[in-house]
Amino acid sequence: MPETDQRTATRSGPGRLLIAVYAIFALAACARSGVQIAAHFGRAPLAYALSAVAAVVYVVATVCLARGSRTSRRVAVVSCAVELVGVLAVGTASVLAPSAFPDATVWSVFGKGYGFVPLVLPVLGLLWIRRTAMSTVDHSAG
Amino acid sequence: MIDALSTTLTWVSVAAAVWALVLVVAHRPPLPGRADGNAFLGLLGVIEVALLVQAVLGFIRLVTADHEVDGLQFGGYLLGALLILPLAVFWSFAERTRWGTAVLVVGALVVPVMIVRLNQIWDARA
Repeated sequence: MPETDQRTATRSGPGRLLIAVYAIFALAACARSGVQIAAHFGRAPLAYALSAVAAVVYVVATVCLARGSRTSRRVAVVSCAVELVGVLAVGTASVLAPSAFPDATVWSVFGKGYGFVPLVLPVLGLLWIRRTAMSTVDHSAG
Repeated sequence: MIDALSTTLTWVSVAAAVWALVLVVAHRPPLPGRADGNAFLGLLGVIEVALLVQAVLGFIRLVTADHEVDGLQFGGYLLGALLILPLAVFWSFAERTRWGTAVLVVGALVVPVMIVRLNQIWDARA
């Protein structure tokens, strides 16, 4: 019964759409940080390093949500949490000290450049992992 | 020439997204082999070919540009746009539910967003 299998639960139903949006952000964040670091890292090292961290976190979250094994789910929880802390911390910092961020990151001003999706995504990710954990039987235990 | 292509691509992609949204509401995944499914997938195929043409024209335009353009970003968006629809179709087809079809709505909407960014990068004086 695929519906009750925890391994596939995170990538079915709403999870399929969630992972698709995650994948878009993984692609966007990787491309953005790759261009920033390759072209002019010296201009804003802090912002560009944070862009790279964001890119890695999105890739890890996408892959782990798609895999859905016990370990993947734990890693996904951690990466969604890091994402939420990141978007809140970088968002606040970019509002309070804009001079520290001469060039934008995905998380600047709480993800304003991306329609605030970066702020909503980790919350949806965490809720989704929790919901699938509650409504499924774990066949991979033992 | 490329501007007309980009504008057309933008609106055709939005139309494809609306179509996909109708399929979500109607609970009718675009299955290949059914007439409406073939028509929808054919439209995505046409968009993908047009994106490929846009990429070729874009790179020609980049090397013959009369002003400074951030080539790395511009090229990245030209090539990145080619990945979106094939990945969206692949991911969507693994689950023929409303949620699977909704992936196509998102995929079709990312294309116009990328074209808008392309134009912004082109117009930005570096």
